[in-house]
Amino acid sequence: MATAPRNIYEQQAANRRNTVLVMAVFTLFVGLLGLGFDVFILGFPGDEYGVDFPYATVIALVIGTGSALWSLQVGAKSVLASSTAVPILHGDPRYQQLSNVVDEMSIASGLQRPALYLIADPDPNAFATGKDPEHASIAVTQGLLDQMSRDELQAVIAHEMSHVRNYDIRLMTVVAALLGAVALLSEFGLRSMRFGALGGKKSSSRKGGGGIVLLVLWLIALVLAPLVSRLLAMAVSRQREYLADASGAELTRNPAALASALQKIDAAIEPTRLIKKGTAQLCIGDPLGAAANDSEGFLADLFATHPPMRNRITLLKAMAYQQTGVIRG
Amino acid sequence: MTLFLGFVIVVALLVVWAIALYNRFVTLRNQVLNGWKQIDVQLKRRHDLIPNLVNTVKGYMEFEQDTLLKVISARNAAASAKTVGEAAEKESILTSALGKFFALAENYPTLKANENVRQLQEELSSTENKIGFARQFYNDIATKFNIALQVFPGNLIAGMFGFQAAELFEIQDAAERTVPNVDLSLKK
Repeated sequence: MATAPRNIYEQQAANRRNTVLVMAVFTLFVGLLGLGFDVFILGFPGDEYGVDFPYATVIALVIGTGSALWSLQVGAKSVLASSTAVPILHGDPRYQQLSNVVDEMSIASGLQRPALYLIADPDPNAFATGKDPEHASIAVTQGLLDQMSRDELQAVIAHEMSHVRNYDIRLMTVVAALLGAVALLSEFGLRSMRFGALGGKKSSSRKGGGGIVLLVLWLIALVLAPLVSRLLAMAVSRQREYLADASGAELTRNPAALASALQKIDAAIEPTRLIKKGTAQLCIGDPLGAAANDSEGFLADLFATHPPMRNRITLLKAMAYQQTGVIRG
Repeated sequence: MTLFLGFVIVVALLVVWAIALYNRFVTLRNQVLNGWKQIDVQLKRRHDLIPNLVNTVKGYMEFEQDTLLKVISARNAAASAKTVGEAAEKESILTSALGKFFALAENYPTLKANENVRQLQEELSSTENKIGFARQFYNDIATKFNIALQVFPGNLIAGMFGFQAAELFEIQDAAERTVPNVDLSLKK
């Protein structure tokens, strides 16, 4: 993940690999949770009170694998549902232009037409989700439709189609679905610790130092898991935005339109309220609004799901300049 | 004995390699054909839309009968073109006729306000774009096919089975090359 992939085939392969990696790490995390439950609460490995088989670990691993696979299947649906996106039917005259633009981009990219969704939010934003290009969805906000010109709308859709083609959507959707689960599980683990601590005192004093080290490691893993997984999601997302900008501009042959679309998204300082925090890494502009889009510096970089808007716009304008020799806006 | 076995294995590997390459060529060739059909689909859509548009605007643009007739005849010529070269030429005449028509339409405010016209306008603009994107995609996939045919050692297999390089779509008319963008959108 450290080096940026050079072309879309490498990008697709990297995304497939990373999806499996994320699912595996998630399963291990759930397993670790189960192991802690076995050791600190059920008293494994067996003494006169404890169990002699790690029941909770095995059950946790099964549940972890199940929900990781489940997230791949229904992740897109839950992401769409959580941002209250409603489907736009093909041929609805109110969305004629959007529908046409999506058709144009699916012709340009040679991909199947994705399902379309509308989010009734006045802030301009858009995201793509799904497990592969054959099961992809693109959601746009009402604000995007209201504020963008035809060319800008086309540029935004091209950016999203690039995410679809690169398999970014698969990785990001699984990450979005599992992020929520990690936060929930960590909370649950810490609570059950407090409850288990009363009964656990006896067993840990019996086992001596080794037990305490294990307990501390387990606690650290629980506390850090939500933070680490969020940082990971953000790093993964930041790299992908530049590539999607570039290959989106390649589809439309019009980088200037994407630059001005990003400027409009940047200028709309209101956050996209209907898009939840866990979905942020999927969107074209950070749904938190202007503060997040413009921040620079190490800490801001670490916590941003998107590279600074200014950098993205500058790069696109440079591309437009190379193409036409005209500097715009 | 081992020498003979080694020989058989090498031949078997070569055959498997040739089959894989042959199948790749066939897949690519079908993608190229499909890309070509996409262009046809969009051109046909354009031919279908134009009579609708002319009928809708006739009442508003009585004084522009000449322009409307030109659009219709350019459309009919393009629709009845036989060869690829002829089609490309007629289509570019149609594009410039449409461009003139929409420039004139600017002078009719009632026309621009008509919802029906606005929708047809969007459909035609989109179809123009789709033709462009379909050509772009066709050229990309055809180039990929041609490269696969020409690089060594694929060219040996391609020659053996008689695969022909695909023709790239080029702008025939020099005039169209100099005026690449016909903006059909009505200014609001």
